Amino acid sequence: MTVIGWLQIILYCAIVVALTKPLGWYMTRVFNGEHTFLSPALRPIEVGIYWIAGVDEKREQHWLTYTVAMLLFHVGGFLVIYGLMRLQAMLPFNPAGQSAVAEDLSFNTAVSFITNTNWQNYGGESTLSYLTQMLGLTHQNFLSAATGIVLAIALIRGFSRASIRTVGNFWVDVTRCTLYVLLPICVVLTLFLVWQGIPQTLGPYVQATTLEGAKQTIAVGPVASQVAIKMLGTNGGGFFNANASHPFENSTALSNFVQMLSIFVLGAALTNVFGRMVGNQRQGWAILAVMGVLFVAGVAACYWAEANGTSTLHALGLTGGNMEGKEVRFGIVASSLFAVITTAASCGAVNAMHDSFTALGGMIPLINMQLGEIIVGGVGAGMYGMLLFVILAIFVAGLMVGRTPEYVGKKIEAHEVKMAMLAILVLPLMILGWTAIGVVYPAAVASMANTGPHGFTEVLYAFSSGTGNNGSAFAGLTGNTFFYNLTLASAMFVGRFFMIVPAMAIAGSLGAKKSIPPSMGTFPTTGGLFIGLVTGLILIMGGLTFFPALALGPIVEHLAMTAGNVF
Amino acid sequence: MFREIRPAIVLLLALTAITGIAYPIAMTAIAGTLFPVQAQGSLIEKDGKVIGSALIGQEFRDGKYFHGRPSATLAPDPNDSAKTVPAPYNAGSSGGSNLGPTSKALADRLKQDVDKLRGENPNAAVPVDLVTTSASGLDPNISPDAAQFQVPRVAKARNLSEDRVKQLVSANTEGRLLGLLGEPRVNVLALNLALDRMAAK
Repeated sequence: MTVIGWLQIILYCAIVVALTKPLGWYMTRVFNGEHTFLSPALRPIEVGIYWIAGVDEKREQHWLTYTVAMLLFHVGGFLVIYGLMRLQAMLPFNPAGQSAVAEDLSFNTAVSFITNTNWQNYGGESTLSYLTQMLGLTHQNFLSAATGIVLAIALIRGFSRASIRTVGNFWVDVTRCTLYVLLPICVVLTLFLVWQGIPQTLGPYVQATTLEGAKQTIAVGPVASQVAIKMLGTNGGGFFNANASHPFENSTALSNFVQMLSIFVLGAALTNVFGRMVGNQRQGWAILAVMGVLFVAGVAACYWAEANGTSTLHALGLTGGNMEGKEVRFGIVASSLFAVITTAASCGAVNAMHDSFTALGGMIPLINMQLGEIIVGGVGAGMYGMLLFVILAIFVAGLMVGRTPEYVGKKIEAHEVKMAMLAILVLPLMILGWTAIGVVYPAAVASMANTGPHGFTEVLYAFSSGTGNNGSAFAGLTGNTFFYNLTLASAMFVGRFFMIVPAMAIAGSLGAKKSIPPSMGTFPTTGGLFIGLVTGLILIMGGLTFFPALALGPIVEHLAMTAGNVF
Repeated sequence: MFREIRPAIVLLLALTAITGIAYPIAMTAIAGTLFPVQAQGSLIEKDGKVIGSALIGQEFRDGKYFHGRPSATLAPDPNDSAKTVPAPYNAGSSGGSNLGPTSKALADRLKQDVDKLRGENPNAAVPVDLVTTSASGLDPNISPDAAQFQVPRVAKARNLSEDRVKQLVSANTEGRLLGLLGEPRVNVLALNLALDRMAAK
């Protein structure tokens, strides 16, 4: 570890915190339906869409209607992607002549993109046409991100409103989120990325003759526009197979830094939106503090492990850390930082190959995903995931003093605690359940690229990533098989929607409750005690659930490595 | 519930048109005007022919050129399309080795490469990036140490003094942005082009 390395990490954290408040202010205005500086340009488009769609902006929906609307929207999105992938050979914008994608891979990819996972069983440049990339993937990157954000907004409204049975209008929220928040930032980001060297063209792949006379086919495409939303929307599905490590997806140290920022900004800003909507910004800062503590701990551990290197490297006298699967322009620090950010948020873009990380360095991304990706988290998903843990922490605190717990003026009762538990139990069910099957079913075992404990970690990582809707991988695992295409699709689906429905039920029941003013007996939820309690609860829940699995994978591997074993 | 079907269909179509068609195509047009070189992939031409991209690494084997990092990219086997064969710096199919820290295959490969490099330059420590594969398999850069390590071989192959080649490496070394972001590095293709130009004089 170096001083310059740590300065990069500190600068990153400082900028994220500095952007939280202004962006939170702006997003609060957008979701309250207020006037913004972009309204003169965008309002006519917005009104036009409502008119054609027959949406009455003033009419709000019950939580169940809101959820059904969201699900209907996703059925449509699924059909669009699946159809495009199956038919791409017959459609335009296909200069590389990509053929139709197989049924199981199309199914997996469609589920992966509607759930904001963006798991890559496809290799972008060798599988997908430009049309599929733009119309299928770029577009769904926007919509799944917008959906995550508006669901978090609906849950926040549940906390901030009193005695109201509605949570907002899904169609209005999604439209405003896409037009006012995602699209303007992406336009700026795209131009910045192209300036940094990321291609944006509809032309065919380039045929080059290298200095030594060999032929090199260089894949290009409308990359920058997709990379912008892939980062901002914490989607993470790459244009290329190597994702953000590919020089055409992430060309320079600066493009890397800005991409890392864009993964976190919206998620961090949502904590401020929460604070503003419940009438006390310190409530938002307290939640961001919990995220910050867990984040910095993860970065420190991962950076230390990668800078340390492996026994294999040491035995050969190679110093400078574990550079296998990393790019020179990012080095150890920006690769470790990126890995922690992308798994803390449910982004899943990678600028280094996690499969080649050291055992302990690779364990940090794994833990981040298993904790439910609530450290800033996926846009929106991180916020509602974190609020579920807050509800449990408040419940535990209430048990200790024998008093009905309350949070930001709402009584937390049996119904909310049950729903929060139901959502959180999805994680072990999908992650541990499928991993257990994946390590004994012969067709699944054949997919492992590494043997020994590392092979086990590859499988555990895949289902952690799928269930958490992350999308990063220990990419040695051959995921494009019938078994993994279907099981991962189920993990992604359950991991997304079985979290959302209970979270929305909580939104509905909280919104209908009266708001009670704080009293002498109210547990203060803006101080250090609260931050410590929530952090502790997250670690204990995660530890009790996943420690045995981690012990079989990365921990055993680390011990084997220090003993000089290879597999 | 049925009254939500019309907005579902209309919004899907409208937002698809905006984010899936209008946005990427408008961005392609604007970016192509503002940054025509980058938008096309930062291509480098020599005598009217494209010889590569400034951002994408390419394979060098000849002793008179500086070599890049090992690359783990693959290509379909010409004899059996279900299999793959090694194809270093295949810019049509990016990817890393994905070998883990306790992989025997990785340990063997590292040992073989380190031994080879020690034979080539016994006087310097082998830089780690010169024996490890990059994440994309297309890394255009090596560390300044990795470039300096190759100076004796290149100088000998080209009948140049080591000092002149060293100077060229230094001139082609890029530092951290603002002294802070990223890592010091050398673009291998740019360095080799500069080397060819120097030799031509």
